[in-house]
Amino acid sequence: MKVIIGQGSCGVATGAKKTAAEFEKLIAEKNLNAVVDLTGCVGTCYLEPIVDIYDDNGEMTRYVKVQPENVAEIVEKHIAGGTPVTEMAISEEDEQFLEKQQRVVLRNCGVINPENIEEYIAADGYKAIEKVVTSMTADEVIEEIKISGLRGRGGAGFPTWFKWDAAKKSPGNEKYLVCNADEGDPGAFMDRSVLEGDPHSLLEGMIIAGYAMGANEGVIYCRAEYPLAIHRLEIAMDQAREKGFLGKNLFGSGFDFDIRIKAGAGAFVCGEETALIASLEGERGMPRLKPPFPAAKGYWQKPTDINNVETLANVPWILYNGGAAFGAMGTEKSKGTKVFALAGKIKKGGLVEVPMGLPLKDVIYGIGGGIKDDKEFKAVQMGGPSGGCIPASLIDTPVDYENITKTGAIVGSGGMIVMDETTCMVDMARYFLDFTRKESCGKCNYCRIGTKRMLEILERITEGNGKDGDIELLEELAVKIKDGSLCGLGQTAPNPVLTTIKYFRNEYEDHIYKKKCTAKSCKALITYDITDACKGCTLCSKKCPVGAISGEVKGKHVIDQDKCVKCGRCLESCKFKAITVE
Amino acid sequence: MNEKCCCGDHTMDQQFTELAPVLDKYAKVPGSLITILQKAQDIYGYLSMDAINYISQATGIKPAKIYGVATFYSQFRLKPVGKYLIMLCKGTACHVNGADTIEESICEYLEIKDGETTKDGVFTLNNVACLGCCSLAPVMMVKSADGDETYGNLTKDSVKEVLAEIRERA
Repeated sequence: MKVIIGQGSCGVATGAKKTAAEFEKLIAEKNLNAVVDLTGCVGTCYLEPIVDIYDDNGEMTRYVKVQPENVAEIVEKHIAGGTPVTEMAISEEDEQFLEKQQRVVLRNCGVINPENIEEYIAADGYKAIEKVVTSMTADEVIEEIKISGLRGRGGAGFPTWFKWDAAKKSPGNEKYLVCNADEGDPGAFMDRSVLEGDPHSLLEGMIIAGYAMGANEGVIYCRAEYPLAIHRLEIAMDQAREKGFLGKNLFGSGFDFDIRIKAGAGAFVCGEETALIASLEGERGMPRLKPPFPAAKGYWQKPTDINNVETLANVPWILYNGGAAFGAMGTEKSKGTKVFALAGKIKKGGLVEVPMGLPLKDVIYGIGGGIKDDKEFKAVQMGGPSGGCIPASLIDTPVDYENITKTGAIVGSGGMIVMDETTCMVDMARYFLDFTRKESCGKCNYCRIGTKRMLEILERITEGNGKDGDIELLEELAVKIKDGSLCGLGQTAPNPVLTTIKYFRNEYEDHIYKKKCTAKSCKALITYDITDACKGCTLCSKKCPVGAISGEVKGKHVIDQDKCVKCGRCLESCKFKAITVE
Repeated sequence: MNEKCCCGDHTMDQQFTELAPVLDKYAKVPGSLITILQKAQDIYGYLSMDAINYISQATGIKPAKIYGVATFYSQFRLKPVGKYLIMLCKGTACHVNGADTIEESICEYLEIKDGETTKDGVFTLNNVACLGCCSLAPVMMVKSADGDETYGNLTKDSVKEVLAEIRERA
């Protein structure tokens, strides 16, 4: 028997290592014939820690939310006794989360052991690169990518073949391929999952890209916040070198390629190509004017191509199965599948890979199971700080580059943050502006000062000090920041504000003119009160951290509004629903 | 590494013995400044002005430029940190799920603000952009010499329990 435990960052965070240790301990104690192994994240993050047990016939039972205290029963009944513990196994409803997906990038995540190259090879790994270097020319590889219609998965959606071709045609022998693994969008984590769960598919994709453009060196620029990803990449690179998949003369073709990792140091702006290159060279990560584009003058002034992790992880599949097979999925202009990170106020959060063009509704309700606690769906934020909020009325929008851009948001790297009636849209805009203000590199005045001014206006609106004309001022500033900024960060920074004004103008107006926050989330605009339903149990007064609640036992309590800090602890603690927020 | 220190004493070489092998390897490799700073921070926990001057001597990069790079990236710290570094995720999913109230709870319990260290030197609080564990929001990572530990699905009360438990260990 084989016991496989999901140990991506999310699994580890929910205690998967302790669960694994418990399995190992009990299996050894009872001297059972079972091996404990690990895998990456399968995508159903809300069910972690996940344990798959394969019996000797290859039949798999998936257990979910397995904490160390549940292990003894599984070991006793299933591993020793041979009867699966069905009560702890995944429910049919949760199985649907995976069944409704179509997996290309995530094909191996949560299936193979990312620290064992043999398992990747057994899953047809490194076959695409073998085919490429032994039987295809660089132009044929680029043509295949062109047929597939693959577009950059990191944000802008630029055709991948075009970038490869441009780097290939640039004069010079020394060229570089850079993988952008600095997943900066707060709320997207598909790259982390690929790096942790299937690092070899990225390496293979990079080798193919290197071959196509004539680069002999690849650099992975990885977020320092992802220590596990860096660790697994290092293991994968060592194994690939040992097998001769990296290094000199790959498959006897005469093609040399090697990869190294550079850990980023935390700067959102380094998602911009020229800023990333500056950072690779050990400088402050500040963008420069283009042209020259990196394809002509990039890393150390040499032709350089930069692709995102998800883009490159698609490449081996495309070359192995053919560009047409990839192009058959998705829509006319947005081909293939895309991974989305579902999070926020969603029932089933995790990673979802679906063909492009599926309506938002199918992703949020069909796969994600709808809104947490059955609250009302308000909006979904796509594209992170460069994107926007799509309101509930547009839930039938197909998810592809063109249709999402029409709403004012962008597909971006695929973060989908779901929001319900308790999320204040003005506060969301404030949140993103606070982020972009901090992350602005400071080179362009409009970005550096403009985002600060927009943030100040949004702060005063959420604090109840909004003025007539603030909305118009925000709109005016937004246009100027877009026009006056050099790189994508500044050009897109106003998007979260513009989309929330476009779809939720009434909320801005309520904040400014009625001093009211409809979502009941802006502290300056809400008050807590105790109704006659109060039984005088005194629990709220004990929970209140500032002593603002007073009253006799069995008598109605009152809140001293001058002392109240609006932390909401009383509301959470009240068993009689006697506390209201207005 | 035999050059004299700019302040005229030889104590620097002794002070930075652990950093010397890093500099031997990277000092003359172009584009390695960020790597050197990361390794220096791994060793000493932060980048002191002395460390910056020492790196400057070895690499020939001016201290002002090193300072410029160190202050550009959120990873680098110029002040010492506590034994346990709390990295509180302020990503979008965490924000929507109440990261601000978790921060209030931490600040109230430890009596520090973002970027500060407790008087006993046990905890430092740092807000970070995103830890990539969005399905478990709100999340924090606690870094220490014993390794990194991530805590998910935090509540105002559970975060205090976690911190109390760590303080007991410290």
